[in-house]
Amino acid sequence: MASGEVHAASEAARWTYLDRVRTRPGPFTNLDSFNGSMVAQAMENMKILVIGAGGLGCEILKNLALSGFKDIHVIDMDTIDISNLNRQFLFRQSDVGKSKAEVAARFVEKRVKGVKITPHNCKIQDFDEDFYMQFQLIVCGLDSIEARRWINAMVVNMVDEDNEDSYKPLIDGGTEGFKGQARVIYPTVTSCIECQLDMHAPRAAVPLCTLASIPRQPEHCIEWAHVIAWDQEKPFPKLDKDDPEHITWLYQKALERAQEFNIPGVTYSLTQGVVKNIIPAIAATNSVIAAACCNEVLKIASNCAPPLGMPDANNYMMYSGNDSIYTYTFQPERKEDCPVCGNLARDLPVDPAWTLRELVESFAARPEAQLKTPSVRAEGKTLYMQSPPSLEAQTRRNLDKTLVELGLEEGQEIAVSDPAFATVIFRFKLKFKPS
Amino acid sequence: MTEIVMSQTPPILHGPSEKERKYDRQLRLWAASGQAALESANILLLNSGAGTVGAESLKNLVLPGIGRFAIYDEAEVSEADLGVNFFLDDSCLGKPRSQSLTELITELNPDVQGTWYPNEDVKTLDSLLSDSPVFTVIMYTHPIRPEQLSRIEAYGQQHKTPLVAIHSAGFYSYFQINLPGAFPIVDTHPDETATTDLRLLTPWPELVAFADELTRDIDGLDNYEHGHLPYVVILLHYLEKWKAAHDGEYPASYDEKIEFRKIVQDAARTNNPEGGEENFDEAAAAVLKTLVPPSLPSGLRKVFEYEHTDPVEQRSGFWLIADAVKQFYDKHKCLPLSGKVPDMKAQSKVYIRLQNIYKDKARKDAAEILQTVQAAPGGERVDPAEVDLFCKNAAFVKLINATGGGGDAKISKAERLRSAAARESVNHETAAPTFSPLSLLPIYLALQATAHHVDSPASADKILAAIAAQVPGAEKDERVVQAAEEVARAGGGELHNIAALTGGMVAQEMIKIITKQYIPIDNTCVFDGIWSRAHVLEL
Ligand SMILES: [Zn+2]
Repeated sequence: MASGEVHAASEAARWTYLDRVRTRPGPFTNLDSFNGSMVAQAMENMKILVIGAGGLGCEILKNLALSGFKDIHVIDMDTIDISNLNRQFLFRQSDVGKSKAEVAARFVEKRVKGVKITPHNCKIQDFDEDFYMQFQLIVCGLDSIEARRWINAMVVNMVDEDNEDSYKPLIDGGTEGFKGQARVIYPTVTSCIECQLDMHAPRAAVPLCTLASIPRQPEHCIEWAHVIAWDQEKPFPKLDKDDPEHITWLYQKALERAQEFNIPGVTYSLTQGVVKNIIPAIAATNSVIAAACCNEVLKIASNCAPPLGMPDANNYMMYSGNDSIYTYTFQPERKEDCPVCGNLARDLPVDPAWTLRELVESFAARPEAQLKTPSVRAEGKTLYMQSPPSLEAQTRRNLDKTLVELGLEEGQEIAVSDPAFATVIFRFKLKFKPS
Repeated sequence: MTEIVMSQTPPILHGPSEKERKYDRQLRLWAASGQAALESANILLLNSGAGTVGAESLKNLVLPGIGRFAIYDEAEVSEADLGVNFFLDDSCLGKPRSQSLTELITELNPDVQGTWYPNEDVKTLDSLLSDSPVFTVIMYTHPIRPEQLSRIEAYGQQHKTPLVAIHSAGFYSYFQINLPGAFPIVDTHPDETATTDLRLLTPWPELVAFADELTRDIDGLDNYEHGHLPYVVILLHYLEKWKAAHDGEYPASYDEKIEFRKIVQDAARTNNPEGGEENFDEAAAAVLKTLVPPSLPSGLRKVFEYEHTDPVEQRSGFWLIADAVKQFYDKHKCLPLSGKVPDMKAQSKVYIRLQNIYKDKARKDAAEILQTVQAAPGGERVDPAEVDLFCKNAAFVKLINATGGGGDAKISKAERLRSAAARESVNHETAAPTFSPLSLLPIYLALQATAHHVDSPASADKILAAIAAQVPGAEKDERVVQAAEEVARAGGGELHNIAALTGGMVAQEMIKIITKQYIPIDNTCVFDGIWSRAHVLEL
């Protein structure tokens, strides 16, 4: 008994600073939803899911453990690489090669007494709705837009209007260099990640003819080596972007080509950066963005201050540290024609003279679609299916027909799907616009 | 003058070193030069108060490989520390906080040296400051005892050491950078899109001759050549035509530029298989952005107009070069050319020739400036690489803390605060300022009022009374009252998230100051964790 009391006293002492704020209302606290005496217990009972145990994920796990949460799960399928060590502070040189989720979970559990962290060394796509339903909140620290879109579609689809517990707030962070953003998504209430997709437009690809015949920049030479020379010469069975031998091969090829055209600037580091699409990342920015996310988690879980994402309130904070410090906190518009949370088809300007192939290929570059393997259907007919192979073979011949030849009309609706977002049907309304 | 020779032998094909691999993601931001600056820095953290924001700031500097750090912290690790500070655990209870923090933070990066104070040999802040090699930057956290603050401020003045004051309490925080003088930055890393300077309205003879050569028989070019004319050449060609039809004048007004753009658009061939020409599209799209007469950017104007009070500073490399660039500008009515050419549709050979024409001109401009620099007293010591870098970035050079370096007599802190309050309030006329909803000055005032509350937390009333003494009337403003209540709620305690967020911002700024890259804040950043917003104020 005595040791139990000592423990309780030490628990209270430990959370002195947090309790001052989370158990006592302040001038901005909404008193209708705040119950200070229940906060600590309520937070202890909550289950929080963290997606990603990388630069943001390490920070998020630390922040949640020191915000009074006791039951945290983390998903990450990656292993630790030496280039992680400049910011992923839960990992050491001796951890290189081990599972990020497992090492991160063990470290935080060891450092912060009383917190339980369950690691999942796998992909988010390996879990179904039942798994995600057990959490009260989901926090994302990802570097892949595809994974973000997937979990976004999952939480929006999970919403059941008759079940309050089916609304899972999604708190998402992202960084690049000195910049980043933190946002709170309340599925079907605020705009969702898919609504905001065009704010993260993909970089325009260099035209193939530039790579093949008129390179001008070091990047063109590197892309040539990556896209064309590799395919022609196949120096190794399969390109492994993490294998220095493979990168060296590409670097050497790019360098030869650059010398042929007198183009300066091809380096090993640039080669690696272009081929792997490396985004610069530092501890400081991760610290800012992860903490901005977890600050919202604390507010949502405790009601001790108004969180982002309340009705008619801002839910997106953009942060930039290149030139002084600048934040812009705003409310991106929820889109009625969002394929995930809206219910209208989206206008799609197309040239009726396009072949179906041109249409299919155009979805990758459209900022609001970004679909790499789209299958297309129109009312009553299947136009092109990427899989299964038998259906692909049957529909392949449509690819060279024009939209008009396929009988498509102005104003007609088409449905596009992509295995990367299995649950989402992207509905588009054709708007003919000859170019 | 050094001649640049394109090396025909390939550089040695070696992969990156172990260190380059570890720091790869940050070397892409500040390169080897920035990394070297970080690694030779020696910083001090004077940690007091709840102490988390200092530890978090330090973590974000140790990870990227700062050279050395020292922590001065008189506290012993308590239970309350364990709920907020990640770099302390149960085994640290009762030990000196500086020792435990140093042990658990140095563990993050074996390249970094950390030491802790007070210890057996160095027992006071005074002896630490007088016995240590000069610190590159000092960070200190609030609340702090007044005598320690004055000791640190005196040290900063004596050694010209930048000081960073940090205060994190509850949902609020601020930090303030106190630089010892005017702080110029050359390597500001502007956005790529902002750096295009093509001089289309002031072309030099080599560029004119090149454009002329390619367009002499523009209508006789085959479709491939016509469709691969670089847009710079297209614009120069049609500008010449425009001038011939407009008494030698360039399109100047917006309407004229729109008219000119139409001419360029209409000149594209459409009877080809593509039904248009991308290079002409690029040319038309570039009209409004590139047809601008040379002007002096505000950042550089500040540099040119800066009045020196410190003769040592005046003889530094930066100021000698700035002076030479000013002479160049006065003489040529334009800045030295950066030499950068954006990518554009063109044949490889043609593009490379164009690029070299710009590079040659940039080299000539830089050589002229180097000559001026070397003719000035002390100029022979200036590194030509520094001149090159300045010329490449001339349009984006920035001067921070321009007023702090001299000029006006030192105004008192309280006076500066009162004038900031006047600036930030929407109502200047009445005695009681009403702060604009966007200003976070109320938060700064409330935190500042508890700057020295080391032992006991302050009530909202006490905070408001302290604010009233500094900025009379402010205590009546509703936003100030709310900020005071919110600060009182925290009772001097930190929320881990706000400490971590603030530590991230502080580390970014420390990195900018130490590497002299990117642009630091000038000079105070306030964060509001209730509405998730930052505000930079000059105080
Ligand atoms: Zn949506």
